[in-house]
Amino acid sequence: MPDGLPTEIDLTRPSAARVYDYFLGGAHNFEIDRQLAEQIASMTPNLAATMRSGREFLRRAVRALLDAGIDQFLDIGSGIPTVGNVHEVAQAANPKARVVYVDIDPVAVAHSRELLAGNDLTGVVHADLREPERILTETHQLNLIDFSRPMGILLAGVVHFVPDAARPEEILSTLRAAAAPGSFLVISHSTFEDQPQEMLDAQRLSARTDTEITLRSRAQITGFFGDWTVLEPGVVHMPLWRPDSPSDVDEHPERFGAFGGVARYDQSAG
Amino acid sequence: MAAVPEPIGADVGRGGAQGYAADWARAVRRLGFVPLSAAETERLLLVHTVRLAQAVRAEPFTARPAEEVGRALVEAHLTEPRALEWALRALGADFPHRVLAAAGRPADLSERIAAVQGGLAAGYARALRDRTFAQQERIARSAWQARDEVEQALRDSEARFRAVFTGAAIGIGIAGVDGQIIDVNQAFADMLGYSIEELCQANVAELFHADDAAGMWDLYQEMVEGKQDSARLEKRYYRKDGSVVWTDLAVSLIRHDDGRPRFTVAMIEDITERYELQQRLRFQALHDPLTGLPNRTLFFETLGRVFDSAAPERRVGVCFLDLDGFKAINDSLGHDLGDRLLVVIGRRLAECVAEHGHLVARMGGDEFVILVDGGQDAVAVAQTALAAVAAPVHVGDQQLAVSASVGVVECPAEETTASELMKAADATLYWAKAAGRGRYAVYDPERSARDLARAALVAGLPAALERGEFVLHYQPIVSLLEGRMLAVEALVRWQHPELGLIGPDRFIGLAEETGLIVGLGEWVLRTACRDAERWWREFPDARLVVSVNLAARQADDPAIVDTVADVLATTGLPAELLQLELTESAVMGSAGEPLRSLHRLAALGIRLAVDDFGTGYSNLAYLRRLPIHCLKLAGPFVEGIRADGTDVAADHRDERIVDALVRLAHALELWVTAEAVETGVQAERLRALRCDTGQGRYFGAPAPAEVITARLRGGAAG
Ligand SMILES: C[S@@+](CC[C@H](N)C(=O)[O-])C[C@H]1O[C@@H](n2cnc3c(N)ncnc32)[C@H](O)[C@@H]1O
Repeated sequence: MPDGLPTEIDLTRPSAARVYDYFLGGAHNFEIDRQLAEQIASMTPNLAATMRSGREFLRRAVRALLDAGIDQFLDIGSGIPTVGNVHEVAQAANPKARVVYVDIDPVAVAHSRELLAGNDLTGVVHADLREPERILTETHQLNLIDFSRPMGILLAGVVHFVPDAARPEEILSTLRAAAAPGSFLVISHSTFEDQPQEMLDAQRLSARTDTEITLRSRAQITGFFGDWTVLEPGVVHMPLWRPDSPSDVDEHPERFGAFGGVARYDQSAG
Repeated sequence: MAAVPEPIGADVGRGGAQGYAADWARAVRRLGFVPLSAAETERLLLVHTVRLAQAVRAEPFTARPAEEVGRALVEAHLTEPRALEWALRALGADFPHRVLAAAGRPADLSERIAAVQGGLAAGYARALRDRTFAQQERIARSAWQARDEVEQALRDSEARFRAVFTGAAIGIGIAGVDGQIIDVNQAFADMLGYSIEELCQANVAELFHADDAAGMWDLYQEMVEGKQDSARLEKRYYRKDGSVVWTDLAVSLIRHDDGRPRFTVAMIEDITERYELQQRLRFQALHDPLTGLPNRTLFFETLGRVFDSAAPERRVGVCFLDLDGFKAINDSLGHDLGDRLLVVIGRRLAECVAEHGHLVARMGGDEFVILVDGGQDAVAVAQTALAAVAAPVHVGDQQLAVSASVGVVECPAEETTASELMKAADATLYWAKAAGRGRYAVYDPERSARDLARAALVAGLPAALERGEFVLHYQPIVSLLEGRMLAVEALVRWQHPELGLIGPDRFIGLAEETGLIVGLGEWVLRTACRDAERWWREFPDARLVVSVNLAARQADDPAIVDTVADVLATTGLPAELLQLELTESAVMGSAGEPLRSLHRLAALGIRLAVDDFGTGYSNLAYLRRLPIHCLKLAGPFVEGIRADGTDVAADHRDERIVDALVRLAHALELWVTAEAVETGVQAERLRALRCDTGQGRYFGAPAPAEVITARLRGGAAG
């Protein structure tokens, strides 16, 4: 059993993946998850919207990558694929697209396996983002992603689960180093910038799921892209990242409390 | 994604449906999560809008398509309750007039709309219930699956550990922090000779052994208190049958998740054999195989420990014992008997002193050493040991009487070191041997210092001769009758590079012992003759005789005659100007009779004098027949004369002896020289007693050759 992974399944504790599913309208959750979700929602009515906006950002980013010709994705912190999953979005555009899901939550992993059974172009890895080498090795073993070709590395709503002590910048640089030129990196990450106090309080509640969230600044989050080229419009509040239509943009895009950005590995940068 | 169906009938305003769908899409996107883009959502809802419109107008009418739309909404994940609310309300309010052209509106429109609303809600609810059941079931299954996997992994790892635990050759035991044993494996039970069940009822405290290393239980205590995480040590256990098993024990602490100590796990390996072998090897390394006594290594280890731990004023004593004449016993009776003798002696020594706590060790050969335990009388121990050795020894059919010599050293620990102590013991043993057999000697630091100085001189002697460190001084021998200097006695001095000028009394004895006297004597003879020859050439009328001492060892050497002849020949000194002085004992030679070479020496034409006459034993009968020319009266007789007045009777006795000796000498036609003449009074009396010549401070102290030359030149006879 990998070091960072749980050695027992404690269903009396809420799980981030299942709480998230609930906010997205899924029923892949238990009473304990829903209680926490309702509690969070009562404190920050925005939060459900935040989750949706995160999911929408991911969808738009994946679409953008597909448009750029990317046909293989490594989705780390994939959660419970309720709906609008990366493979659905990707395979709708390109039926040959390949996706590897990675999550630390054993229930999420078991669920993904079940849901994806029979889909030969997808795979699931049970691993911890804090062990990027392990993620890369196990992904290699699945033989789905060709590391010599450009791929999309998706880190949506997950890096903030990695505390500073676990050196997230090193984790990111390990992942970037594994990618071929032309690859893309997608990150969405909670921030304290432009946030009201109740958002910061809610963040403290998340300590009751398995992992606490570390809010970071725009500069820190931009740093996770390393020397890759950050694409327009940069690292921005999520709804501002290439909205489907201007009317889609909320009046207060900062209220979702998270930045999103996409960068590309240009040969000259490497 | 389904294509938008063609509206049935031209009266369905496509534009109206589109606007309606756009509003609907905006609403669902505002109210809940939609995994589609705005355009996709709108397109999807346009499809459903058209289907609903067709359904309302269809003949015969059925609400079934509305049910399907309800289901489709759920499938597209448009499940937000407020979005449903919006859809139902809009159906009743806007839908007919925005989407249905007035011409196409059936008569029973409101009933149909109500039926469509009902159908959509039913389809939606049924689909949502199905989906919820499905998702709940899937998530539960996933949870159990995940749990199963983890548990399986745990079970697997537990099974592996069980296999290791039960099958291990090493003993493994687990105990709670209260010491209660929870589980042990078979190997553990076997090592201690109990059954697993018996051990599981025991507490680790019952496994205590009286000889457990100091601190072992403190360490265990610290461990169960969480201050230590592991420990490794050698421990012995009592087996159930009372025998002892030595183990290599490793204990580790297992903690609760929150860090509190939970179990201790002990792993033991039976090292009894290895331990015993080690003990045996150690015993062998530290004991003498013949006698079984501690050997020198163990002795020095013990002595070192005594010094390390002794209070400064604590006295440390050793008796260094060596059998007398053991080599002769060995040579005559054979090594086998010699060895058996050593075994007996070793046992006796051990028996007689070990009970007092003293350590007896065999240092090698026939040397034994007794380390006297703190403060006890080392001399008494030496006496006991000597007595023990002295009792007759029966080996084989032989009865042997052996004796030993003992060197005893005893002093406060702070004043010495182990190696100094043993050096002193060695030296003292040597003194005891030198003093005769069967005795002990006690260390005397002053004697030792003298010995050391002597040894240093002895070591320096040969080099001194080579380096020309010896010089000759001359002391006048003066006629008592006329005061003229008739002769000089050559006296050797050592110009020592560190100690300065050293008199002959300090090194002639050593030179004799070491045999160096032969070379030194010859050098003295040659140098004296060379000087004398110069004086003779310069002052022929003085006819100054040089008197040279001949050591017994030199005189005994048959080559002496040739040497003297050669010296005379090479220096050119007339033989009659050389006088050789021999002591009474030298004259008598080692064979107990007068030297044969005396006659041959005399035949060379030289003079012979007996030195220190009156101190030794002289056979007057021989004296008469020997070619002696002169007697030198020993100092003590002359000293007696000097003490004028205080003890008249004694004075007179010495005077009478001198008188008698002078008369005797003259009767034998010998000259008489008085030595050690210090005062004019003495000189006067000696002259009155008709002594011929005098020598001593009064006539001049020993002085370098130049002083003699100057005296000759000055012509002053006295
Ligand atoms: C908020 S969800 C994000 C889901 C999805 N990526 C999205 O953006 O819609 C976060 C997921 O990250 C997972 N996660 C948290 N910490 C992780 C870690 N250290 N390694 C891998 N996954 C982790 C959680 O189990 C959860 O499923």
